[in-house]
Amino acid sequence: MRPLSRRFMLAGSAAALATPAIAQGAPLKVGLMLPFSGTFAALGENIAAAFELCLQENGGKFGGRAVTLVRLDDESDPAKAPANVNRLLGRDNVDALVGTVHSGVVMALVQAAREKEVPLFIPNAGNVAATRDLCSPSVFRSSFSNWQPAYGMGKALAARGVKKAAWVTWDYAAGRESAEGFRDGLKSGGAELTQILTLPFPETNFQPILAQLPGLGVDAVGSFFAGGGAIQFVKDYAAAGLRDKLPLCGSGFLTEGVLKPQGAAAEGIQTALHYGDGLDNPKNKSFREAFQKMTNRSADVYAVQGYDAGQMLAVGLAGTKGDATAIKALGAAIRAARIDSPRGAFTLSASHNPIQTIWLREARNGENRVIGAAAEALADPGTGCKMA
Amino acid sequence: MTALAGLLAQILNGIQYGLLLFLISSGLTLIFGVMGVINLAHGSLFMIGAYLAYVIASVTGSLWLALPAAILGGVLFGALLERGLFRRFRAREHLDQVLLTFALILLFEEARAALLDNQFHSVPVPAILDFSVPVIGGFAYSAYRLAVLVICLGVAGLMVLFVERTKIGSAIRAAAEKPEMVDLLGIDAGRIHTLVFAAGTALAMLAGALAAPLQSVYPGMGDGFLILSFIVVVIGGLGSIAGAFWSALLIGLIDTLGKAYVPQAAGIAVCALMAVVLLWRPTGLFSRA
Repeated sequence: MRPLSRRFMLAGSAAALATPAIAQGAPLKVGLMLPFSGTFAALGENIAAAFELCLQENGGKFGGRAVTLVRLDDESDPAKAPANVNRLLGRDNVDALVGTVHSGVVMALVQAAREKEVPLFIPNAGNVAATRDLCSPSVFRSSFSNWQPAYGMGKALAARGVKKAAWVTWDYAAGRESAEGFRDGLKSGGAELTQILTLPFPETNFQPILAQLPGLGVDAVGSFFAGGGAIQFVKDYAAAGLRDKLPLCGSGFLTEGVLKPQGAAAEGIQTALHYGDGLDNPKNKSFREAFQKMTNRSADVYAVQGYDAGQMLAVGLAGTKGDATAIKALGAAIRAARIDSPRGAFTLSASHNPIQTIWLREARNGENRVIGAAAEALADPGTGCKMA
Repeated sequence: MTALAGLLAQILNGIQYGLLLFLISSGLTLIFGVMGVINLAHGSLFMIGAYLAYVIASVTGSLWLALPAAILGGVLFGALLERGLFRRFRAREHLDQVLLTFALILLFEEARAALLDNQFHSVPVPAILDFSVPVIGGFAYSAYRLAVLVICLGVAGLMVLFVERTKIGSAIRAAAEKPEMVDLLGIDAGRIHTLVFAAGTALAMLAGALAAPLQSVYPGMGDGFLILSFIVVVIGGLGSIAGAFWSALLIGLIDTLGKAYVPQAAGIAVCALMAVVLLWRPTGLFSRA
């Protein structure tokens, strides 16, 4: 059975090479390179399921062309990323790429998409470089840049009358990029980021940092942590008795998917993100119902990002009649479109990052309730992006 | 006023961190002093204790059970390791022993990944200690953190009593300082080795279990502690419990104050101190040699 199918596949790929990619009859292959095991497995599953939901809603076709999906577990391992990308492009001959969650792994995808001119849709990883210095006509992002949620948080604090704030994070790319967003957001409202406190990733001895906070003379503390580190930080912050004196806020990931273990310590924490609980728009309602029906799980921000990656690819291929190699026309169609996202409709910036509303949320009873807009129609500055 | 309050809070943080560090490095210094083994896997034993606490706390819902489990499990596991492995390497070169302990690190890491996963897990604080006590200038301490501080002090006191006041304790000291005396006195060195390795393992695992709710558990969580513990041992003097105690406090304070006041130099401060001590007193601050 095995050798036969392998030969069949080789024959298939040889045929694919021989015939022009435009062949309308051949299905379009989309490679989903996502984490299906390890720490981020749940995120990868939700992205993939929502992408599939989008495909189903389009009758299994994008741009009039049938689509087949090729799933590949990237294990969130940057060391394996180049080989995994090669497998999808070289062996599986995919026509478009969707991936991934981990910021280290996504760089291999970005590089391949730039060199081979294969369209790539990033459904999570927020490294600013992907839509700044390393931007490319073939790279699109359906999620956010690390700069965006933190900018929204800073802006919301300044609007509330905060004059000085500090930022606490791990000393790594996402932490630094979000600190810049926070600084710029505060500045937009005349407030100031006076201190950035960092500790090495993934250390969790927060005590030396926490004990400094009361003496800094700031009105609020913002932070970027995610996952287990976010749980520990929020709990330690509350245990240090700082919650009532120095309100804690942050990029939405501080309380995303971790509210249950954080418990009472998270109650009332405000965060900013491009999605949240209780967003009242018809698209969100229908999306959440459909996702629940399909997977028996609740939709989250990752599902939204996966769904919108599908919508973006659909719009692009509709503009090229199913030709994924016509990168220019594909990009033009996507940039011209208004993506009807469950987060609220958005358009794509010139550097291919969503221009989107960053919502202000408050943690209440295990939910990140949206309480307003922190920054409307916010675009990443896209500094350093030179797109031909 | 706030600056002074901040300093006092940091000093408390440093003492708490230093005491935890003592728990880990006391076992390391005993093993080093008595057996002459550089146990690189000591940080992994700390990690095993923390994961044990995580598993026990999530299965039974009680962290309290994890503490005796870590001690008992550590004694058994340590004795097993000594009898099964380290004993066979006694007559071998240091390099062989180092390779053995390095192999153990890899084995423990793989076993952890296979049995559990590579995720970051938080361990809840016991419900009875889930409150905070205001300490200094608007800075509060969780009751659990204070309890850990007290437990570490208690263990340190017991250890000093045991090593200084009991017969086995003097045999251990003798083995660390004048190994030939142990043979002259007709004491079975093998049993002392088993005892020391078992106790050292139990201490590291107890430290891990205590630290689990404070640090969360994650792969490689013992690495940073291993390096700091070696520095503690070198500064305190090989095999000296009192030396380990005072130098752990010193390192805890310098590391914490460094992170708070000169974060750029925090990583170097501790190593610089070690370099100075090595130049000034090569055998450590508290060695009797």
